[in-house]
Amino acid sequence: MSVLVFVEVADGEVKGSSLEAVGYGAEVAKQQGTTATAIVLGTSIAADKLAALGKYGAAKVLHVADEKLNNGVIQAYVQVLAQAFEQTGAKILIVAKSSLSDAVTARLSVRLKASLASNVTDLPSTNGGFTVKKSVFTGKAFQTISLANENKIIALKKSAFSPVDSGSPAPVETFSASLSDADFGVKITKTDKITGELLLTEADLVVSGGRGLKGPENWGVILDLAKALNAATGCSKPVSDLDWRPHHEHVGQTGVKVAPNLYVAVGISGAIQHLAGVSSSKCIVVINKDPEAPFFKAADYGIVGDAFEILPKLTAAAQKLK
Amino acid sequence: MKILVCITHVPDTTSKINFVEGNSKLDTTNMQFIIGPYDDYALARGVELRDALGGTLTVLNVGTAETEPTLRKALAIGADDAIRIDAEPTDAFFVSEQIAEVAKKHNYDLILMGRESSDYNGGQVHGMVGEMLGIPSLSPVMKLDIEGSTAKMAREIEGGKEYLEANLPLVLGVQEPIAEWKIPNMKGIMTARKKPLEVIQPANPTQYTQPQQYELPAAKGACKMIAPEEAEKLIELLKTEAKVL
Ligand SMILES: Cc1cc2nc3c(=O)[nH]c(=O)nc-3n(C[C@H](O)[C@H](O)[C@H](O)COP(=O)(O)OP(=O)(O)OC[C@H]3O[C@@H](n4cnc5c(N)ncnc54)[C@H](O)[C@@H]3O)c2cc1C
Repeated sequence: MSVLVFVEVADGEVKGSSLEAVGYGAEVAKQQGTTATAIVLGTSIAADKLAALGKYGAAKVLHVADEKLNNGVIQAYVQVLAQAFEQTGAKILIVAKSSLSDAVTARLSVRLKASLASNVTDLPSTNGGFTVKKSVFTGKAFQTISLANENKIIALKKSAFSPVDSGSPAPVETFSASLSDADFGVKITKTDKITGELLLTEADLVVSGGRGLKGPENWGVILDLAKALNAATGCSKPVSDLDWRPHHEHVGQTGVKVAPNLYVAVGISGAIQHLAGVSSSKCIVVINKDPEAPFFKAADYGIVGDAFEILPKLTAAAQKLK
Repeated sequence: MKILVCITHVPDTTSKINFVEGNSKLDTTNMQFIIGPYDDYALARGVELRDALGGTLTVLNVGTAETEPTLRKALAIGADDAIRIDAEPTDAFFVSEQIAEVAKKHNYDLILMGRESSDYNGGQVHGMVGEMLGIPSLSPVMKLDIEGSTAKMAREIEGGKEYLEANLPLVLGVQEPIAEWKIPNMKGIMTARKKPLEVIQPANPTQYTQPQQYELPAAKGACKMIAPEEAEKLIELLKTEAKVL
């Protein structure tokens, strides 16, 4: 028996959230008196980066070197992971929560008869049973649930676990899965993806703009501060509804949920549906010209003032830090 | 075209969340319930497709009698009929099995629902139903058109979009901007009262997880205000005090 960790790749690199999953998986394996095996699908990652997963706690890395898996084809990923789970004799699968892993783990739960917990924020408790704590009500509460089936799947919430780079590289083995054409029945015809930019869901620092910025032509102040801090950019729902910014930047209840170390909200009023997407941030800064803006109640630091005067000052100060 | 839209009955997004009975139950006193915001997008797109292509749209909820006003609202928005599976929706596996049982009898071309519910945020039911029925499932789908027996879709991926094509039948978890939310009009509300709402008993009640206890997050400390003329001080505080830079 071992613990299997599904590792996602973006832009040729292991995703930060997947490193968290590997570190978490190694801890769960320790609790269970076993080791963690990482599995990586596709050919868009270099061999040394696979071995480096060992430093974060993987005892072994399985690589499914099939270029047809370079895109996240849901049904094919389910096939591969189900076969790997069974062949390695795993009882627990760990993934980082993402739009891909949500879709894949749901099917795996049925196929493997596995209890599935998503948005998990802590290590399992194994005192008489197996329970995990997860975030519910879009960040407004936590719930403890018991995973009673023999097989279990845990989807870890972003930033819930800090991986440490300590061990040494792990051996990499090729894993061949048997896949049929039916697994590729859903055809990906095109992908439009930003490259070379920080992913909002993965970023440690986020600068986000709301309707208070008045129009897309004013986004320079946001982008400049984000660049100076090396942060990703986000926005409120009306901003993406109005097409000022692309939809994948929309943060909140109906958009992306983020959990960065720092979330800077500029010209966003702080409606409860927006707060739902940012409440897991470690530190929140609010910049708003209205001292009564509800966002200040959820903030750690606040500045009441005009974004167009304040942001350039912050950008200059951030540049000096470097 | 036979479409099934699965909806959740969830607290309004502005609700304050509290628990009762030793933190084992949600406090629903004075709470307003709505169609899950993502499910509302599924319903809106379902109605548009039914209107464009003909056929029927059935709306389904797994829930106790108190969810009927939510189902009636979906009927007012444009569903032709409703099914309520009379059970507490205890976990994603249980709910999925109920949906799959109904779907096996009716052979829907398209099963739509929100990418996740706004209460338990599992994002699991579409995938589980797809697996139980042995048909593909995709999520989060933000664009959906039907041409003959092919669905043309866009799915949000981190940092962008992926365009996909697949043959029906399919199970899709959807999100905006797939359609605009629809508000029921007077005629819709009147006709909804007469539309059929079938109540059926749950089959094979199996659960894969067992809920135990809730807790609320720790209260947030006070917000430290910085004068606008000293804005640059913020960067220093973020580095030395908050230690996030
Ligand atoms: C079911 C549902 C789901 C929703 N989901 C989401 C979601 O996921 N994400 C989301 O964001 N919203 C969501 N909303 C919408 C939400 O309720 C708010 O309408 C929205 O968040 C407001 O966006 P905003 O703060 O950018 O705009 P506004 O509320 O218009 O606020 C603009 C702010 O900018 C400030 N401002 C103006 N000028 C300046 C200036 N020069 N300098 C500094 N500050 C300035 C103003 O004081 C104001 O506080 C949802 C709503 C519903 C009903």
